[in-house]
Amino acid sequence: MTLTDRINGAARRLPAWPIYIVVLIPAVRLFYLGATNQLGPEPVKVLEHEYGLIALQLLVAGLVITPLRKYAGVNLLKFRRAIGVLAFIYVTLHLLVWLVLDVQIVSQILKDIYKRPYITIGMVGFLVMLPLALTSNNWSVRKLGAATWRRLHQLTYAAVLLGAVHFVMLSKGFQLEPLLYLAAALGLVALRVKWNRRPLPQNG
Amino acid sequence: MAGRWTNDLTYNDVTPEAVFLNRRQLIAGAAAAGVAGTIASPALAEELVPNSFEDITNYCNFYEFGTGKDDPARYAGALTTQPWSIEIDGMVDNPGTYSFEQVMEGMTVEERIYRFRCVEAWSMVVPWNGFELADLLEKVGVQSGAKYVAFETAYRPDEMRGVAFPVLDWPYREGLRLDEAMHPLTMMATGLYGKPMPNQNGAPIRLVVPWKYGFKSIKSIVRITLTDEEPFASWNQANPREYGFYSNVNPNVDHPRWSQATERVIGGGLFARRQPTLMFNGYEDEVASLYEGMDLTQFI
Repeated sequence: MTLTDRINGAARRLPAWPIYIVVLIPAVRLFYLGATNQLGPEPVKVLEHEYGLIALQLLVAGLVITPLRKYAGVNLLKFRRAIGVLAFIYVTLHLLVWLVLDVQIVSQILKDIYKRPYITIGMVGFLVMLPLALTSNNWSVRKLGAATWRRLHQLTYAAVLLGAVHFVMLSKGFQLEPLLYLAAALGLVALRVKWNRRPLPQNG
Repeated sequence: MAGRWTNDLTYNDVTPEAVFLNRRQLIAGAAAAGVAGTIASPALAEELVPNSFEDITNYCNFYEFGTGKDDPARYAGALTTQPWSIEIDGMVDNPGTYSFEQVMEGMTVEERIYRFRCVEAWSMVVPWNGFELADLLEKVGVQSGAKYVAFETAYRPDEMRGVAFPVLDWPYREGLRLDEAMHPLTMMATGLYGKPMPNQNGAPIRLVVPWKYGFKSIKSIVRITLTDEEPFASWNQANPREYGFYSNVNPNVDHPRWSQATERVIGGGLFARRQPTLMFNGYEDEVASLYEGMDLTQFI
């Protein structure tokens, strides 16, 4: 039995729901550590950064699933919805920390959103994910029809790119880590682009 | 000539809480007796408490050791600080390579409790030990044409893991106008909390300019150059729109990526409120005259 078979077999047997619990543990743990002064001298920034980073990692992970099946034959499709919804939860937590614990002041929040491009981009990323999270259920797939639903969920590509650009833009100086995320996001989105278009019909 | 400036924060501000509270009672008592005027202290002095040694040494920007706030605490131990020397050159009467001991000769080390405001909109209060830069400049003799002072941080790829990647154009460099450098608030710090300067905070000797954003207060200095041209400054070069040469703390002029109107005071925990940022970081009375006639929205 190959490794791929073994992974696929295990994935078939495992339910998807425990993912929610496992992936949400860091969220609770980080908040607890922050509230009990165990996240260093400035817990707000750590919490904000970690929630945002986990959200971006989950967005990237969500985009890995299809290529994994297509190119490696590993089928983890049943976990994709959970990963997407968890990415949205982490983005929401990230936003909440920024709103409530970090900036705090409503006028400053509004000014930041329209004045600071990296925050504008981050907010657009959040808004783009909102309809995706709301339609991440079987009822919505039926209601919208599979084709429409799939087209709507191509917004994931926009979300991951916006998230990665947001990360690059907020970093000071020339830093490697955010650029690696941007490269991963660009690469994964590029895999979706249909490069081999049929030549346009010639007019005789 | 030390002692040009007197703390508005006093040594009492670093004493244990019980003593600190007693002091407040003393002040209250003095006020009741109608002699409050003899304890000259601005309103803020009473509310400001220095950050713990822990906070100050574990939340640092020292990109030569990594861009994470805890990277310097983790990796700056690799920096060799003994022996240390500073090259002092340019428009000075006595240029040369001065050992750390030679630099310290004749300097009066004082404790100065300063507010420290980072351009990233966080702040601390730090009890520094050091001497006035003016004393050192007087010792080496500044020539009459000099207008600026340039500073350079050590660049040691073997000891600084962060310089492997060009986050900035290494070595880190900063500069001051000569009158800023000669100002009595400007100090060369060699320690904090009465201890030798921890490596992550810029051992063995660093600049402290309390009315400017923290990145101006260059660490682990190996070179000081007197010049008549505005010197190269690393962050200014990386992004002149975001990091001006002056970079005075100014709540009315935002950094393009974040507001400077308020700040997070380090050490307040997860639920601390933001505080309004003070003009010139609270040193307006002392330094505003340096910039008379300058439009501070242009000269950022």
